[in-house]
Amino acid sequence: MKELSLNILDIAMNSVKAGAKNVDITIDEQGPELNLTIRDDGCGMSPEQVEEVTNPFFTTRTTRKVGMGVPLLKLAAEQTGGKLTVTSRQGEEKHGTETKALFYTDHIDFTPLGDIVSSICTLIQGSPAIDWHFVHGRDGKTVELDTKELRQVLGDVPLDSYEVIKWIEDYLKEGYSSI
Amino acid sequence: MKSLAELAAIRDKMKDKVVLREGSGDIRVVVGMATCGIAAGARPVLNAFVSKVAEEGLADKVTVSQTGCIGVCQFEPVVEVFEAGKEKVTYVKMTPEKAAEVVEKHLKGGQVINEYTITNAIS
Repeated sequence: MKELSLNILDIAMNSVKAGAKNVDITIDEQGPELNLTIRDDGCGMSPEQVEEVTNPFFTTRTTRKVGMGVPLLKLAAEQTGGKLTVTSRQGEEKHGTETKALFYTDHIDFTPLGDIVSSICTLIQGSPAIDWHFVHGRDGKTVELDTKELRQVLGDVPLDSYEVIKWIEDYLKEGYSSI
Repeated sequence: MKSLAELAAIRDKMKDKVVLREGSGDIRVVVGMATCGIAAGARPVLNAFVSKVAEEGLADKVTVSQTGCIGVCQFEPVVEVFEAGKEKVTYVKMTPEKAAEVVEKHLKGGQVINEYTITNAIS
C-alpha cells in the first residue's frame, strides 16, 4: 500500500464485512509515535481466527475475513519498529474486533498517512448505515467526525448523498488545515 | 468554517429529492474495494465516479456502490456496470481519468468503451 490511509480503508472494510453497526477509527500522534486503532462491534473472530489473521498464507476461500489486509498493516507497522495487535470477541454481548497498530513516524520506512479524508469519505459512501466515529489527534489538536451527530441533523437524508459526502470531505479538510 | 447549519440547509434542499430517488437508479456502477482493488488504486476511481455522476446530473439514474474482491485481481481496479435488460460490462485497470470517460460516454451517452473492458484485455 502506498499510503497508510489505504491500509486503514482496507482494515475498516473488514469491520463492514463483520456486520458492524459502529466503527471507531482513532489516530493518535504524539511526538514520533502514531497509534492507530480500528474498533468495531461486528461479529468478532474466534481465538483461532485471531491467531491466523496475521498469516497471509493461511487464507482459504472459506475463511474470507483472513487475507492480505492485516498482514500488510502488520508489515507497515513493524518495518518502522512498531507493532500490531488484534483482539476480538464473539458471542451475544460485547462482540467485536479491535485492531491496534503502533508506528514510528520518524523511521525511514514509515508509510505516509496520505489522503485519510478520502478514505473516511469512501467508507461512509460505501456503508452509510454504519455509524462512523473518526478522531485524529496530533499534539493536543484534534480532527473529529461522528456520523451520529450528522444523522441528527440530516434526518431522512442519507449519508451517502453526494452533497453530504462533499460536506464531510470539506469539513474534514478544513479540520486538517488547523492541525 | 463548515457548520452543522450548512448541513441542515443541505437536508432541506435534499428532502424532495429523496422521494424522487426511490424506485429509480436504472444503472448500477460497482467498484471492487477489497485489498487487491484498494492497493491497485480503487479509491480514487470510486471517488471519480461519485463526483462525476453528481456533476453530470446523473445521480437519479446511476448509483455507485462498492463490493469486495470480484476475482480478477490482476485486472484491478475493476468496475462493473449493471443495467436492466443489458449485459454486464466489466471495465478493468481503471483510473480516475478512465472513470470520467465512462461516465460521459457510457453512463450518459450509452456507448460502452470497449477498449477498457475485460473482453478487450483478455483477447
